[in-house]
Amino acid sequence: MSILQYHFMQNAILAGLLGGIACSVVGVFVVTMHLSFIGVCIAHAAFAGALLGLWLGFNPLIGALLFSLAAAAIIGPVADRGELNPDTSIGIIFSLMLGLAFLFMGLMHGARTEALNLFWGSILTVTRQDIVFLAATTGLIVGLVVAFYKEIQAVICHRQVALAVGIPATVIFYGLLFSTGVTITASLQSIGGLLIYCLILNPAAAAYQLTYSLKKMLFIAVAFGIVSCWAGLAVSYWLDIPSGAAIVITSAIIFGLATAFSPKRKVKGWQRVPLAG
Amino acid sequence: MDNTVIRIEDAVVSYREDVALQGVSLEVEKGEFIGIIGPNGAGKTTLLTVINGLGKLVHGQAWVLGSRLNGGSSIPLRKRIGYVAQVERIDPRLPINVSETVTVGCYGRLGLFHRPTRAQRETVDKVLEMVGIAHLRERPIGHLSGGEYQRAAIARALVQQPEIFLLDEPTASIDQKAQREILNLIQLIHKQSHMTTLFVTHDLRTLPSICQRLILMRDGKIWRQGSPESMLREEVLSQLYGAPISVPSEIASLYS
Repeated sequence: MSILQYHFMQNAILAGLLGGIACSVVGVFVVTMHLSFIGVCIAHAAFAGALLGLWLGFNPLIGALLFSLAAAAIIGPVADRGELNPDTSIGIIFSLMLGLAFLFMGLMHGARTEALNLFWGSILTVTRQDIVFLAATTGLIVGLVVAFYKEIQAVICHRQVALAVGIPATVIFYGLLFSTGVTITASLQSIGGLLIYCLILNPAAAAYQLTYSLKKMLFIAVAFGIVSCWAGLAVSYWLDIPSGAAIVITSAIIFGLATAFSPKRKVKGWQRVPLAG
Repeated sequence: MDNTVIRIEDAVVSYREDVALQGVSLEVEKGEFIGIIGPNGAGKTTLLTVINGLGKLVHGQAWVLGSRLNGGSSIPLRKRIGYVAQVERIDPRLPINVSETVTVGCYGRLGLFHRPTRAQRETVDKVLEMVGIAHLRERPIGHLSGGEYQRAAIARALVQQPEIFLLDEPTASIDQKAQREILNLIQLIHKQSHMTTLFVTHDLRTLPSICQRLILMRDGKIWRQGSPESMLREEVLSQLYGAPISVPSEIASLYS
């Protein structure tokens, strides 16, 4: 296994493991809450924030973190209050973030290699510092899930019920959105702003097809996330193709297979009232 | 000794420019079973949300279970109030089963960082038996019929061991047989526990026969209230709904 001899590949495998775990866990939140588009929007906000950092010369991860948390803070109430159709308002914020990202990139002087790396990701060039940040984020996310599992389960499956029984549902909901923002920020360098969201969505969506147990869904999603990263890395190494793209395509194939073999395939669509007694 | 568990004085609630409650005053005594009827948009659900602290007063005052609702966190209060809404649209693929859904009822009282004890799990089993869905405990919640789903919702509220039971159109959108079964279950629970209960419906046919008082709401106000016998009269109901209404025969026979 000569592939493992390279120091950069060892870092990449570690980043894939950590990114696969963190992205898949927050993916379970957004997929179960049917908030996929919100996650896409937060991912693009992080991307825009990182580019702002690059343009103005401060740490892009700080920009990404601030923008993704701000996006979560704006999008949460927009989705909740229903003043506008959430799809419309989130779509506007999403396109604004993408517009800002391109604006910041256009305003940069000189070579834009680092900016393009944030675009596509560069898991093969991640540094020890990136891995430490990713490890801390992954530890935080897993720790929060273990500590608040019952509250998270109640909020992502029955948010109104959670609120009614006296669970601090709003705090938990925003905590989940902010966790998504932090995870995206930590994974931005390795997976890339345009591709990160696929790694959040695909493993969790694949796991959603296979089980009715939230615990099993978390473990299956994590396994799919890690497999996507490692298989994608191997494919990119042997075929000499971009690693981020290979990871995302692998995760999409896993989703396709999970859907094809899903025991939920024959489940009828969303129940619409009136229901049969 | 003051037996009042709910006291609302001149409550006003508005959602942006819409005033949902306009100067509502109400007192409820411990153990009462109250029916709240009125057309859609009358403010019935908003009244319930004021009681469980989710509806914010822009004017007036409210005390529930000895706590004054002053705009602060109502989480401690909500732990003591069971709330069952009408059947909701639910994803059949949702990764949570009936037993887990019902167990959510005790999470509020348990608090953060505590797992359900064996005794609480046994309570969940007992309540599932009581509401008649013990055989469905492992079934995904999204696979239940409307009637079964409402039994699970009632079970979840009972596991909460509430002191007040709020039922917001619990029989809406389910078939008549299931409606009757749910009503019988609600009445059985009240007879056994004497829990203070407020039951909202816009459908007179689904009014429980054990209602001790009826509150008639219209345009965000309590229009009239009194005994079911005095309220369930054609002229009163026709005025309430703004259209000729006859008292359903099954209800008329209960209160005649």
